[in-house]
Amino acid sequence: MSTDTFSHLSQAADERPDKITVKDLSFHYGDFQALTDINVGISSKAVTAFIGPSGCGKSTFLRCFNRMNDLIPGTRVDGLVTLDDQDIYAPGVDPVDLRRRVGMIFQQPNPFPMSIYDNVAYGPRLHGVKRKAELDEIVERSLERANLWKEVKDILGRNGLSLSGGQQQRLCIARVLAVEPEVMLMDEPCSAIDPTSVQKIEDLMAELTDRITIIIVTHNMQQAARVSEYTAFFLQEVAGEPAVLVEFDRTTNIFTSPKDRRTEDYITGRFG
Amino acid sequence: MTRSAEDSQASMPDSADPVSMTSGEQGSLRLVSRATHIKELALKNLFLLCAFVAVMGVVLIFAFVGLRGWPIFAEVGPIAFLGGADWSPTVGQYGIWPLIYGSLVVMSGALVIGTPLAVGTAIFLSEIATPRVRGIVRPAVELLAGIPSVIYGFFGLLILRPIVARLSDGLGFGAVTGWLILAIMIVPTIATLSEDALRSIPDGIREASYAMGATTWQTIYRVLVPAAKIGIIDAIILGMGRAIGETMAVLMVVGNAPHIPDSVTEPIATLTTQIVMDMPYAAGMHRTALFGMAIILFGVSMGLVALVRLLSKLQSSMDAGR
Ligand SMILES: Nc1ncnc2c1ncn2[C@@H]1O[C@H](COP(=O)(O)OP(=O)(O)O)[C@@H](O)[C@H]1O
Ligand SMILES: [Mg+2]
Repeated sequence: MSTDTFSHLSQAADERPDKITVKDLSFHYGDFQALTDINVGISSKAVTAFIGPSGCGKSTFLRCFNRMNDLIPGTRVDGLVTLDDQDIYAPGVDPVDLRRRVGMIFQQPNPFPMSIYDNVAYGPRLHGVKRKAELDEIVERSLERANLWKEVKDILGRNGLSLSGGQQQRLCIARVLAVEPEVMLMDEPCSAIDPTSVQKIEDLMAELTDRITIIIVTHNMQQAARVSEYTAFFLQEVAGEPAVLVEFDRTTNIFTSPKDRRTEDYITGRFG
Repeated sequence: MTRSAEDSQASMPDSADPVSMTSGEQGSLRLVSRATHIKELALKNLFLLCAFVAVMGVVLIFAFVGLRGWPIFAEVGPIAFLGGADWSPTVGQYGIWPLIYGSLVVMSGALVIGTPLAVGTAIFLSEIATPRVRGIVRPAVELLAGIPSVIYGFFGLLILRPIVARLSDGLGFGAVTGWLILAIMIVPTIATLSEDALRSIPDGIREASYAMGATTWQTIYRVLVPAAKIGIIDAIILGMGRAIGETMAVLMVVGNAPHIPDSVTEPIATLTTQIVMDMPYAAGMHRTALFGMAIILFGVSMGLVALVRLLSKLQSSMDAGR
């Protein structure tokens, strides 16, 4: 939809309907403007990667999609963000319901200090699922999809914190999947964990896109190239000034024939 | 104390180790001067002495109370002493069950009223209050801990007692007035320690819960309170210790009748209040019985401290993931 507003940025969004669209978005932390004038469409049931140097506002932008920035006092979002054509910042929209539909994985694995089972059952219980049989089934299915079931099926009662970092991250993914989100936001999910788990997470991302739209922030460009179909490159050119979306396109185009000089410089490692 | 121990440990090998001594002569490493070395050693021993005095204090008090109170168990017998329902020391009846009962009743009621108040305060401070509001409320709560208990006693005697009296058709001396005053007195202990426990939970946990679509309230009672559970239980146990040991404020409002009353608004006595009441004039076996009661109080507080230690061990093994 409305691809013409950012057709100068991409020819990418015309193949699948957009799950999320962003128009003229600016973001402020108090007086500091972190993002300006962002326009982008996130394709449904695909993986989109956000890349760019550290501090250029990737996390900030990602957190606009589930309104996590609402929790930080003094922040302001201008512009339009829609999920399935619905303005998520419209008055009356319940951020709690939005966050069920748009799940989030953080850089630091953050399982709750409770059993593996209770971690995964947390979301369903919040939303009123009480029956043991139903919860059992959700827990197993979610852990399966998070590539963790085999490792933990005999220790479901154990504290989630007793798992390794990589397992904890997959537990967090299972916890999100348990509420059947439509979108999963992943903020550098692999930067604090072991390579085996990274592999497993990249595998499961590919499997999940049959149902889920994924946005992943990563500063590992190989990872972006491996897992994503689309890539957005962000850059804050002057310290203290807001960051912009420099280029958004199919990942293959970004990595083989970027249109913007700055993208090329970043991809080839000339800065950042 | 630990800092200085570390410092001296870090610097000692230099002066003791012959290898570094030679390299010092070659001018690459400076030796610790003799004066510094002696100062470090002296400080270390000074701190050791402080710790020793504190420990000796506990040991001496325990020995003193134990020796003075022991005969009551030997001569009256533990069952007649602890379980006896009649406290009439003038006629040779040394049953302290009414006093144990009084201590338990006064403490339990205070906990039942004070704990929700204190944990609620802790949750407010850690999860709800803005930094500015917290900056006002937290010191106010801490101030409660610093008020001398005789002042609480006055407050109880002059303000709470008349209210209880009006509502109960009595004089207002009794367990209920004790509950109210003790409930306020244990709030700072429980609230500040519980708040510390809540604040030690990493923010990532809160973010995770909100990102799952939980409300603030759901985050508090489904994630944060369970996560801080052991710290909160610790706090309650320490509050319990404060409640059972409190003497002056309780003495001023409970009426001090050493028998088991029919109602919570009638006069009652506790172990601590009875000791204070009787100590000035008690002699012989009566005096021994008071020391026997002190042994019980000592035992209870040791038990509570042991419980807290056990729980924090449990916590650290849980943090380590079992
Ligand atoms: N809570 C905050 N308050 C104020 N400024 C923030 C906050 N979080 C991030 N920033 C600033 O916003 C900019 C973008 O940060 P971030 O989105 O974390 O970048 P990235 O994820 O790309 O590394 C940085 O300049 C950072 O200092
Ligand atoms: Mg970031």
